[in-house]
Order: sequence, then C-alpha cells, then structure tokens
Amino acid sequence: MTPATWPRDEPMDERLLVLDPRAGDWRDARVRDLPRHLSAGDLLVVNDAATVPASLSAVTTRGEPVEVRLAAHLGDDRWRAVLLGAGDWHTRTEHRAPPPPVARGERLRVAAELELVVEDLDPARPRLLVVRFSLRGAALWAAFYRHGHPVQYAHVDRALDLWHVQTPFASRPWAVEMPSAGRPLTWALLGELRARGVRLASLTHAAGLSSTGDPAIDAALPLPERFDVPAATVRAVAETHRAGRRVVAAGTTVVRALEGSARLHGGDLLPGEGTTDLRIDACFRPRIVDGLLTGLHELGSSHRQLMQAFAPEPLLALAWTHAEERGYQDHEFGDVCLVLPRLTAA
Amino acid sequence: MRYAMELRGAAALVTGASRGLGAAVARRLAAEGMRVVLVARGGEELARVVADIRAAGGEAHAIAADVGDKRAPHAIAGTAAALVGPIELLVQAASTLGHVPLRPLLDTDCEALEQALEVNLVGPFRLAKLLVAPMALRGRGLVVHVTSDAGVAAYPTWGAYGVSKAGLDHLGRIFGAELEGTGVRVVTVDPGEMDTTMHADAIPDADRSTLLDPDVVAARIVRLVRAADSVPNGARVEASAWDQS
Repeated sequence: MTPATWPRDEPMDERLLVLDPRAGDWRDARVRDLPRHLSAGDLLVVNDAATVPASLSAVTTRGEPVEVRLAAHLGDDRWRAVLLGAGDWHTRTEHRAPPPPVARGERLRVAAELELVVEDLDPARPRLLVVRFSLRGAALWAAFYRHGHPVQYAHVDRALDLWHVQTPFASRPWAVEMPSAGRPLTWALLGELRARGVRLASLTHAAGLSSTGDPAIDAALPLPERFDVPAATVRAVAETHRAGRRVVAAGTTVVRALEGSARLHGGDLLPGEGTTDLRIDACFRPRIVDGLLTGLHELGSSHRQLMQAFAPEPLLALAWTHAEERGYQDHEFGDVCLVLPRLTAA
Repeated sequence: MRYAMELRGAAALVTGASRGLGAAVARRLAAEGMRVVLVARGGEELARVVADIRAAGGEAHAIAADVGDKRAPHAIAGTAAALVGPIELLVQAASTLGHVPLRPLLDTDCEALEQALEVNLVGPFRLAKLLVAPMALRGRGLVVHVTSDAGVAAYPTWGAYGVSKAGLDHLGRIFGAELEGTGVRVVTVDPGEMDTTMHADAIPDADRSTLLDPDVVAARIVRLVRAADSVPNGARVEASAWDQS
C-alpha cells in the first residue's frame, strides 16, 4: 500500500473502509459517510491528546549531533526518550546512523537555555533513556515549543508544522505522535454525528512512538502509556452498553486507554489516570470497546495485532488486499477503516 | 444548555495579562480559586503579576508570547493545558491600538491595520479555535472577548483598532451561533473607558478621574463569568450591567 505523504485538504473525502467482522464483509465509503454507519445511541470515543513537538536536535559534550525523541512524560522535568544518530526524518529511521554511546550522567545540549542529563538507561536497550531537563514547568514547555519539531518519518514529503499533527480537538499535549484516527473527525462531521444521535466522549491517552529504527526498542513497542478517562466518559460507556448500543473507539490509543483502564480495575472501567502496558492482539477479548475507527495497518505492526482483537486476520488480509487494489493509502495522513459489527435487528 | 461555572479549581487562561484589565481579571480569577495561566508579551511585567498572585496564595503560570504570532497559539494552548489541564475559561484581553498616536485611515499604514487585525482578531480566533474545540467535546466552557465601543461607533483616528474590534464582535456572534447546544458559550464584553496604559496612549490628555479603575471592571467581568448562562450565546454586552449595585 502506498503511504499518504501529506495531510489532504478535505478530510471528508478520504476513503473509509467499513468492515463488519460478524458478517465477514466490507464495503467502500468516504469519511463523510461515517454518520450512516453509526446509529443513534452509539458512542464514539476520541483521544483529545495534543501532539508534542517531540523531536529535539541536540549535541553531546563531544560535539556529536544526535536527535532526541521524547517518548513518554514521566513527570515534572523527566521524560523517557529515544536517542537517534545524526540526521533527521529524511532518512528512514532504520537506516539512521546509530547515536554515539551515552553514559549515565552525560549531558546533552538542545539549545543555549535547554540541556538534559541522562539519568538512566537500560543496558539491553542503550538508546532508550530516562532524561531530566534543565528547565521545568512553563519554561520547559515553552522551550519544547520553541526548539522541538513533530516526530515524522521519511514517507512524508516535507517538514511538518505543529498544526499538521493536531486533531481537531487536541487539548493536553500528551501524545508524542498524532493520535491519527481523530484527524479526519472535523467539527462538521462531529456535528452531523451528534445530529444523528451518536454520542461523543473523550479521553486523553499519551500515544507513543510508532517506530524508532532500533529493533530492540521496536520489539517492546508500545511502551507503557499514560491515560486519563473522565467520569463523564465512564458514565457514557455504561449508558451505551446498558442500552445495547456500541462503543466505538476512534483509534488504537482509545482502545488501549479503555481496555487498559478496565484491566487495571478488575474488568471495570473507572474514571481517572493510569498507565497501561497492555498489548492487545488476536487473543485479547475486548470488554469495553465494540469496534474501532483506525488507519490501515500492515501485517506485523502492533496496530494490526490490535485490530485482530476485533476481526479475524483472514478477513483483515482480504480487506487489506481489496483496499490496496482500490488505491487506499496508509500511515498517519492516510485513509481509515471502521471495524464494527452491524447492529442486529432486535 | 445551562452553564453555571464553578470557579474554584477550574483552569483559566487570560491574554494581555501583564497589565490593565487582563492583569486585573487574572488576579481576581486567581483570588476566586481558579488555576490561572497568564499570557503576555512583556516577560518582566508578567512575572510580577504572577509573583503577586502566588504571594497571595493563588495559582498562576506565566507564558511569554505574542498572540499576533501565527506560531504562538499552539505553544500557548499546549503549555497551558500541560500545566493546569483542560482550560474551562478563556479571557482574551490582549489588544493593540495600531499607530500611537492614533492616525486617520488615510495616514494609516497598511501594515498597522494588518497588525491590529493579527493581534485583535486573527490571534484571538486562532487561540479560541484551539481552546474551544476541547471545551465543545467535554460539553462545557466559556470564552470572554474584550471589545470596545470603538468597534461600534465610528470614532475618527480609531480605524485600525475599531475595525479589528468590530470583527471580534462578529467573531463572537458566529461562534455563539455555531456552539449553540454544545455547552460552550462565547460572550463579548465592552469594559467601558478605563484608566490604562492603552487609554493613555490613545488619549494622553484624558481626565483620568472620569475613567474606570480596571479592577472595578475586572470584578464586573468575574460576576459576568459566574452568570454567563443568563447571556445569549455570542452576545455583545457591557460590563457595567454587572455592577454590584
């Protein structure tokens, strides 16, 4: 499948593959048709995390250039981060030069006012660091916005601006890559969904890095991710299930937040913050989420594994071949797929 | 949809917060127990207001940024939400006159008009867009835009400023119409003539005894915030209607 190489001007025209795992069929649609595939009483849950400009250029004390990619906020001035060698997104991550080895206590300089110190690293994965920045609070965030760039990959045409990687409802900057399933959900579309009686709810989930180019780190993705589920969303989920309607997650991060929260609380979705390292695959039985809106994800990716919890792989493989033949595009600016069993007549 | 705002513990963002009405509103909101993010260009004046609020036991955070800069809103909105969580109240009080001393339109540089529109209209649109969207998703929130009677009456020499404020008034009306039923309200408030640096820049020989203390107007705006559910969405109102008496 060819990747979408730039955000498209009219998200409503993007392709929507509607896949029914119960009927074992699929059909072609456009994003603007989404309201027709949901019903009054269904609940669409979106991730309202804004995307942090998480790529920082830095130099070691020996003057070697490196790229620091923020991976997860650990609190205050501490972050989990991945170190990449010289160069930038123009080179595919797996072809990037390895970074120079760094030691615990080593300082990296991002800018005159912003340094970080390597606080910890895992000997098995020496490019995965815990770092502490030299600024805190508003000053640290201001420095991120001044010096950081969106994390991006070689399939994208040009350097992205921060506004290219924000969903239409981005709020707290928790994600280090855009929670991209939310990207085509324009306010015009959300308004139509509401007018049809589809309910909307939000949560915040710290979407992590999708790829680092380091096989030892990539095998461990997704790393533990932080989430916050508001009480209103917990209530809406309960009401939706009680009414026999469907909870639809807009994106894999929403699935991870809802199912991860339930996993932490003995199967019950509870309001509040948490961290999940839940890996969802074909063996996983979703308790909260009935279906999901997501991108088209290739075999072998953790996102595809997550989709297998909602539809059997043979069906996903057939639908993928169909989508490829019809010219669907993948990756963060690509087309989307709704995996959802149709409502059966009562 | 009824909207009664619980101020204590909720997050507010105030622009133009280093002096004048913006600073007074920020102080009053913090005194009500709100977690306040203050935005202004002037770092030192801003730091002083934040220090005052903290000394009085309030929560305040400073973001030095120019709301007329296209890149600023994402940094402002992101930093604010990272520090205090989803913003429930946005007060946009930042403003520029354009040329000082004021000039008739025929003497106004095109760039001065553009700058007034950037700071007084386009900037507030950008920031409102970023902060209103998550409010609409959560089903609650309030935006207060500070306008001027120069946006209604055609005062000679107030062209750049007046045009931008007329635009801001209408921005509020259209937002109000579009947000009906979402739980988010937009109110545009005319504070009246206040004794501020901006007023002195515009009318240096004004009789200051006739001008309002910005803190008095700030108190009215806090009462307006509390009673916002009584104001039609998108309406332009006068702060004097929320006088204590």
